[in-house]
Amino acid sequence: MNHHHVGLVPDGTVQVLLPACALAGWLVAVRAARRRGRTWPATRTVSWSLGLACAGVAVAGPLAAAGHADFRAHMTGHLLLGMLAPLLVVSARPVTLALCALPARDARRLAEVLRSRPVAILTHPVVAAVLDVGGLWVVYRTGLYPAAHSPLVQAHVFLAGALFTASVVGRDPAPHRAALEVRAAVLVGVMAAHGILAKSLYAGPPTGVPAARAEAGAQVMYYGGAVVELALLVLLGVEWYRWTGRRTRHTPIRRVRARG
Amino acid sequence: MERASRANLVSGILLGLGVVAFVDETVFHQLLHWHHFYDRSTTGVGLVSDGLFHAFSWFATVAGLFGAARLLRDRAFHGRRFLGGLLAGAGFFQLYDGIVQHKLLGLHQIRYGVPLLGYDLAWNILAAGILVAGVLLVYTTRPRSRAAT
Repeated sequence: MNHHHVGLVPDGTVQVLLPACALAGWLVAVRAARRRGRTWPATRTVSWSLGLACAGVAVAGPLAAAGHADFRAHMTGHLLLGMLAPLLVVSARPVTLALCALPARDARRLAEVLRSRPVAILTHPVVAAVLDVGGLWVVYRTGLYPAAHSPLVQAHVFLAGALFTASVVGRDPAPHRAALEVRAAVLVGVMAAHGILAKSLYAGPPTGVPAARAEAGAQVMYYGGAVVELALLVLLGVEWYRWTGRRTRHTPIRRVRARG
Repeated sequence: MERASRANLVSGILLGLGVVAFVDETVFHQLLHWHHFYDRSTTGVGLVSDGLFHAFSWFATVAGLFGAARLLRDRAFHGRRFLGGLLAGAGFFQLYDGIVQHKLLGLHQIRYGVPLLGYDLAWNILAAGILVAGVLLVYTTRPRSRAAT
């Protein structure tokens, strides 16, 4: 069933090269932005690097190797690749960096792409959520699980995770950003679907996974997922808190009594 | 004034829901191990209800805390009204968990291997008591009508 390619590149090479290239590209972009006189906080570079490291650990090295046989290791990798890495990468604001680093004409073109209809549809929280959680249901609940470690599925998990994270808590410029209430409601729905999927894996293991391993992995998914989701909720809360602060300057929640 | 009053009530209710779910998870699931992560008799509906319950309770905890922070920042925090909302929310959620989730949906029981009646009665009577206390506090802290001023 599982064809291992013998020859040109050893297994896992692509999985190491991609994050390495992403980091190199980032550093080049930061230099370009600095040359244009834009300051770029080092914290974002740290966030980007940590995110790539999380993704790399999930797809190459000992954890990835253990994930083939051990469902708990697989789930740990899945949380890193599909939730924590996207959160760190999105928090680094890659689109903002691109806009700062590109020459003016290219930056304008990128801004046009961001305003376009396909991007508006793709980055809507509901669409992003379906791509993200829907993909998980397909992988774990339809007998596709043996393919879960293929680069294609891994790429989907990471990209869909990043798309969803950006659509809910992204700080990059997004002309079509959905209302805070919509983003919060979709996040609650995704949290519920994630928890339900975890418990359903506990009850019925995916294809080829022994029951005891599935139970342990399901709990990793349930509780580990909750930690990252809590971080997303707090980010939304901070955004709301700041928004009410700006609004209060104009219409305070408690009207000061002018006449005694 | 009425907007601030409602904001205190809503934040309190949200935090109340969150506190109950938090106690449920830490005390009954993790510390006592009375509740089970999954009970073989759980139905599909029960699983969905449980998933929504937990997702919403995380949201409610965070939203309630940020709501309180905002009221404190804007000097609009009304402690007794907030507490009333908190108790009402907590009592309501505890009652929902005790009657709908444990009994009607059979998600999981309070404890296993013991006669359940006493546990169910204690759980639900306590819940109803908290709910009544909360509603009374909410009622006594209602904003006075405009006609009075």
